[in-house]
Amino acid sequence: MKKLINDPKNVVSEAVAGFAVAHGDIITVSSDPTYIVRADAPVSGKVGLVSGGGSGHEPLHGGFVGYGMLDAAVPGAVFTSPTPDPILAATKAVDGGAGVLHIVKNYTGDVLNFETAADLAAADGVEVRTVIVNDDVAVQDSLYTAGRRGVGGTVLVEKITGAAAERGDSLDRVAEIAQKVNDQVRTMGVALTPCVVPHAGEPSFTLAEDEIEIGIGIHGEPGRERIKLEPVDAIVERLLTPIIDDIPFTSGDRVLLFVNGMGGTPQIELYIAYRHAAAVLAQKGIEVTRSLVGNYITSLEMQGMSISVLRLDDELVELWDAPVHTAALRWGR
Amino acid sequence: MTLGTDWAIDWVRRSAAVIAEHRVELITLDREIGDGDHGENMDRGFAAVMAKLDDLGEGATPADVLKLVATTLISTVGGAAGPLYGTAYLKASGAVAGRSDLDAAALVEALTAARDGIVLRGKAEPGDKTMVDAWTPAVDAARSAAESGASEAEALDAAAAAAASGAETTDALVARKGRASYLGERSAGHRDPGAQSTALILRAAADAASAS
Repeated sequence: MKKLINDPKNVVSEAVAGFAVAHGDIITVSSDPTYIVRADAPVSGKVGLVSGGGSGHEPLHGGFVGYGMLDAAVPGAVFTSPTPDPILAATKAVDGGAGVLHIVKNYTGDVLNFETAADLAAADGVEVRTVIVNDDVAVQDSLYTAGRRGVGGTVLVEKITGAAAERGDSLDRVAEIAQKVNDQVRTMGVALTPCVVPHAGEPSFTLAEDEIEIGIGIHGEPGRERIKLEPVDAIVERLLTPIIDDIPFTSGDRVLLFVNGMGGTPQIELYIAYRHAAAVLAQKGIEVTRSLVGNYITSLEMQGMSISVLRLDDELVELWDAPVHTAALRWGR
Repeated sequence: MTLGTDWAIDWVRRSAAVIAEHRVELITLDREIGDGDHGENMDRGFAAVMAKLDDLGEGATPADVLKLVATTLISTVGGAAGPLYGTAYLKASGAVAGRSDLDAAALVEALTAARDGIVLRGKAEPGDKTMVDAWTPAVDAARSAAESGASEAEALDAAAAAAASGAETTDALVARKGRASYLGERSAGHRDPGAQSTALILRAAADAASAS
């Protein structure tokens, strides 16, 4: 294992410290407990947005803290949910009097720790709503599992919901929009290689040189099937078909197409994938009117990608286009 | 003999010791079907509880001890186990609030409240291959022992034995909750780490009772 680290124990704290220095104009970092918060928090009268989860998915979530997106992000240890204390502290730090929305990826640890923090916040008089993101179509039998996982769609939920909060929507309305985005987005991913958690020092799973895993979660959890490597166009179709069939997306739909790198795949390959995904959608009469391509929700150095498709309406387009100023996403401002 | 604050503190000490002793075993179990951090997280949590035991005041009740365990585990363990065990100890504390001595019936109430808290928080049912599969038989065994006139130590011993065999039954189960559930059929043949730690902690409770 070769990594650009010092002590594995200090990976998260040193990364967060670097993030604080690099982006001091946008965010402030609180230590003990650790959370990343908008430099101007709390914004009076605005609904506060808090997300978080295990580290190792950067730029998610800290890279999305700032104007027009999240008010705070709570990083746990690598791939381990944060405890309720920092979530509670972040919740209070962003409460501008209009309530706080927790955006939580559907992983058991994240859900339980955010739920406990929300209970504690409520006991302290902060109104908290929660939206659980569960956009991963790879999990087929939600009845017999902990349910679909929250993956690529989380980025889109955070951007669009952040714009709604920024324009002054109420907590009810912001929560409703978050839920709407989650309901209209579907995602599926593929891994070409595993990733190595720094303190474990060993790959989280093994794949032969010519094998790929279709349907992985963002920690490299097992997916639908393990197959031989194919040309990227064929892989794109393996991911896109279950996505299209799930909602289902139909001719005439306007969508946002998001091709996300898992951390170790270069942009040049992501654009090859995007090109074919857009063509497949066009062939079905689905119009791609917005796009996002890059490494936004990752699994450390894993090679692979996920494809997300979000059905748009006029309101979602307007909120997607609204100005945003964070470390990882910035336009219009 | 009813059990008081000394027993509760001894239970904490024995829990911390047994979790530390089985840290690697719990990590290994969790690596097979989860993310491999259960032993590390629980050991860190109980070590933090040990460091706070001295903060308990002179007149601390068993409920105060349980509450200290709850708040410390919630803030130090992380993952799913932190909120689940934290809730269990918090509910157990609430069930025996204000009492300085616990008889067998009170212990059954505390164990029941702990189990109900875990079910409420984690929404798992018996058979889902989670810690509920150790807690539920433990509660049932303690209740039936207490109802047939067992002593406090005997009731806890029954709970510990039932938790241990409950943990063993998870070997064959297919996980339906938690991260192991994504493995589907591949989760069978492995013991649930949360059920195993539950068995260890309830054995510590029984050992503390027999020693007091």
